[in-house]
Amino acid sequence: MSFLPRASSFAGRVDAMFYTLLGLSTAVVLAVFITMLVFAVRFRRGRNVDRSGHSHRELGIELAWTLVPFAIFVGIFAWSIALWVDMRTPPANAATIYVIGKQWMWEFEHPGGQREIDTLHVALGQPVRLVMTSQDVIHDVFVPAFRVKQDVLPGRYTDLWFTPTRTGSYDLFCAEFCGTDHSRMRGTVIVDTPAGYAHWLATHATASLAERGKTLFTRFGCAGCHDAASAVHAPHLDGLYGSTVPLADGRQVLADERYLHDSIVLPASEVAAGYAPVMPSYKDRIDEADILAIVAYLKVRGKDGETSHDPR
Amino acid sequence: MSPTTTRHAEQFDDAAQQREAATFGMWTFLATEILFFGVLFAAYTVFRTLWPDAFASGSRHTDLLLGSLETAVLLTSSFTVALAVRDIQLGGRAMAMWLLVATAILGVAFLAIHGVEYYADYKAAVIPGIRYEEVGSLAPAKQLFFVLYYVTTLFHGLHVTIGVLLLALMARRVRRGDFSADEYTPLEISALYWHLVDIVWVFVFPLYYLVGRS
Amino acid sequence: MTRAEHTPPSYLTDGNTLRSWLLTHDHKRIAILYAVSITFFFFLGGIAAALIRLELATPAGDLMSAETYNKTFTFHGVVMVWFFLIPSIPNTLGNFLLPLMIGARDVAFPRLNLFSWYLYVTAGLFTIACLLLGGVDTGWTFYTPFSTMFSNSHVMLTVVGVFIVGFSSILTGLNFIVTIHTMRTRGMTWFRLPLFVWSMYGVSLVMVLATPVLAMTLALIAAERLFGVGIFDPALGGDPLLFQHFFWFYSHPAVYIMVLPSMGVVSELITAGVRRRIFGYRFMVYSIIGIAVVGFLVWGHHMFVSGQSMYAGIVFSILSFIVAVPSAIKVFNWTATLYKGDIAFGAPMIYALGFVGLFMVGGLTGLFLAAVALDVNLTDTYFVVAHFHYIMVGGAVMAYLGGIHFWWPKITGRLYSEAWARFAAILMFLGFNLTFFPQFLAGAEGMPRRYHEYPAQFALLNVLSSAGAALLAAAYLLPIGYFLWSLRYGAVAGPDPWGAKGLEWETASPPPTHNFDRPPIVNDGPYAYDDP
Repeated sequence: MSFLPRASSFAGRVDAMFYTLLGLSTAVVLAVFITMLVFAVRFRRGRNVDRSGHSHRELGIELAWTLVPFAIFVGIFAWSIALWVDMRTPPANAATIYVIGKQWMWEFEHPGGQREIDTLHVALGQPVRLVMTSQDVIHDVFVPAFRVKQDVLPGRYTDLWFTPTRTGSYDLFCAEFCGTDHSRMRGTVIVDTPAGYAHWLATHATASLAERGKTLFTRFGCAGCHDAASAVHAPHLDGLYGSTVPLADGRQVLADERYLHDSIVLPASEVAAGYAPVMPSYKDRIDEADILAIVAYLKVRGKDGETSHDPR
Repeated sequence: MSPTTTRHAEQFDDAAQQREAATFGMWTFLATEILFFGVLFAAYTVFRTLWPDAFASGSRHTDLLLGSLETAVLLTSSFTVALAVRDIQLGGRAMAMWLLVATAILGVAFLAIHGVEYYADYKAAVIPGIRYEEVGSLAPAKQLFFVLYYVTTLFHGLHVTIGVLLLALMARRVRRGDFSADEYTPLEISALYWHLVDIVWVFVFPLYYLVGRS
Repeated sequence: MTRAEHTPPSYLTDGNTLRSWLLTHDHKRIAILYAVSITFFFFLGGIAAALIRLELATPAGDLMSAETYNKTFTFHGVVMVWFFLIPSIPNTLGNFLLPLMIGARDVAFPRLNLFSWYLYVTAGLFTIACLLLGGVDTGWTFYTPFSTMFSNSHVMLTVVGVFIVGFSSILTGLNFIVTIHTMRTRGMTWFRLPLFVWSMYGVSLVMVLATPVLAMTLALIAAERLFGVGIFDPALGGDPLLFQHFFWFYSHPAVYIMVLPSMGVVSELITAGVRRRIFGYRFMVYSIIGIAVVGFLVWGHHMFVSGQSMYAGIVFSILSFIVAVPSAIKVFNWTATLYKGDIAFGAPMIYALGFVGLFMVGGLTGLFLAAVALDVNLTDTYFVVAHFHYIMVGGAVMAYLGGIHFWWPKITGRLYSEAWARFAAILMFLGFNLTFFPQFLAGAEGMPRRYHEYPAQFALLNVLSSAGAALLAAAYLLPIGYFLWSLRYGAVAGPDPWGAKGLEWETASPPPTHNFDRPPIVNDGPYAYDDP
């Protein structure tokens, strides 16, 4: 990893572990090689040395080289899990950026509505959480300089987070084979200073993602049922995000991005308790980018700064 | 290796070793079979958890009466094949042959009843990929139920078909007098195979016909 | 013991017609049939590998189109995994040696054995047909929904081919299990079995219990493509991760199908080269069985970044560390076997020691991948490619070739040129390391696998790798030459040219059709080199 910059808060920790393991492995390889070499020279055929005694079994030695590696493995495991749990637990202040993979390009949507293709701008020191989905096959976001990687699946959201710690441009690769131009499905992550990033956001401002979602919410007719004024008995969506939803089959689910997404494309899967499963599926009627915008809208709907249709 | 010329095949030391090998081979084969069906049962479990309502609705679509009848037919056939083996063990022959014929006929009956079910499904348009006209919000997930139902029952049906042919062959060999009270390995392992076919059905039936029916 | 007139003819001369070969029930002839066919597929897959390395010699995709490249690496993977590596040791050396080593006349079901070979050939024809019609571009892993909904290549033909070859594998495994259980000669108790036989037993268990899962999964893929239904397609309510779970439930144990037999072979080679009992026979046996069993529980480590839950990652990570313990035991025990040995460095021994070194590197890099936080960065890069090539090519292929050298006199009755064989073995070791070691570095630097074009910063490492591949190709071609030469001009070997122990060395070389004049009786454990 000598040429590979350490550009995220994980990079140093991952590398420390990598080099520790590399050191351990090298020591083991050398130890075994040297032992083999010594034995090979000392006991080569035709050499007059003491070869007496049986080599049936030495329980002590064998237990030692069973249990010692095992103990070392458990240690490495514990270390790696501590890091892994951190990698899988985004902090509360992480900025959410949406990612859509499609054959063979990356689309990024910032909360402010800025959209980019194959380039992702992020701010130095600001934790970023990528919420990702695919329009077609499985892709994978891989930023070697950040030491992060996560598959991007169709039909569900996966996520990934990092804190950039060094400004510059870094490679982004698709790491899961996705068809003909897999090797061209590359992008660039540009880590800018907070000021530079703010400037970039300002110069690329459009309607925010949530605003676009709100427009779509009306255009696709969602408002027809889900507004308070509607005659249809449909769940109210204000403040839904982050709440716990009791389902018709007795389960309870957290209303996260996955739930909102699935409720749009597969409404029958998790019907909220007390409602009839009458909502049609919007799969193939709304593309993933628009669903993301609607999800972004639902996340702020009914909160401060959002003019809800339902003032209650 | 023809059993008419030698008592045991030349790679074996004696008939006992050959019998042991054949029986053990069949058990090993059955272990393989369980993993074949295991994939389908695992997929069933996953999707049933994912789509409980759709699967319950799919279950209600199956024909409980015919399904129960199939179960009865197969369980009876396992009984008759066991009786056939017992008869051979006791030195019988004619009785064993008729029991085997009866078992094979029960197997054919099972397939025929299944055919009736499939035809009803076709008329109801619930055969994915061939004629599937379910609509509504549950339709896609329900299709998964029917896909698994069809793959499982067709794969099981294939086993029944092979079993019927095997049993018919065994009936013929019994009639020819190939087996005696101390040499009946082919019959024994055929019966073993038939019991597997039966046991698999004992799992298929509740999963697809009973669970979530209420 | 001179060969008198009444000596039964060797299996090679017992019938000279093509028919006598194609309809044979003799495990030794079936082994030869397999050897010829897998060698054919090895070179077919090797040509694909050469094309891949040629393309990657430069960063730009200038040799072939992206589509052709994708089809090339898919073909390489499918052929090498299912048509070479999996059948390599079990179906050639295993078929030939297993009955000999346990003092049997044949396997339990000789006709079934021949039938497996025909299944293999049929499956091979499907794969070749697929190649001739334009190939398949899904990768050997067939990930959905790409393979079911998006690929326009010949997925069906390949899937059918692999499905059929799976049955060949299952039937071979079944045959071996029954043979080992029921056909051991008098005195050949379980703990007197040579480790090669134990490794065949372990591998057969895996074949019988894992392969059906693959077969059924592929059948579901076929159903999806034929009928447009969606078990694995999220657009139809299905789950692509379920496919990965099923696939790796087979394909991880499949790694052990490739490497367990190598461990068996290497144990034979080292004991014969050292003329000493294996160190810790029982631990070696337990570790074979341990690997075979725990190997079933670690499939999820291929899926740490696939979207499975964090907790699944934790469980599969610790299990993957656990499965590494028995492999470590084996490496240490092989090394300890050298102590106080009478070590000769014939070609088989060079292969065996090469195997231990390369397998150790492959195994240790496996620890990097088992540590889930490191795997995140390394998976789907060339680090993984290098890791599994160290295990499969450095491990399995080295052991296979070492075994072929070791038992060549037994199989053919002739000795090959020792000098050429040593030269080829050393060249192979060097070429292999030059080819694959740079790939560890490229992967650690972040080069993703299955890339037709790649960023220029990886160019140097790839040039090194391609140069190594040229050496490796030469090293693989050499044995063809001196082996063919030995058939005609090689010195007559005699029953036991190495002074090795084991029942297979007690009969003539090449053995007669029924292996032994009279059933041998065993009085001691394997590798009794210290007994007079």
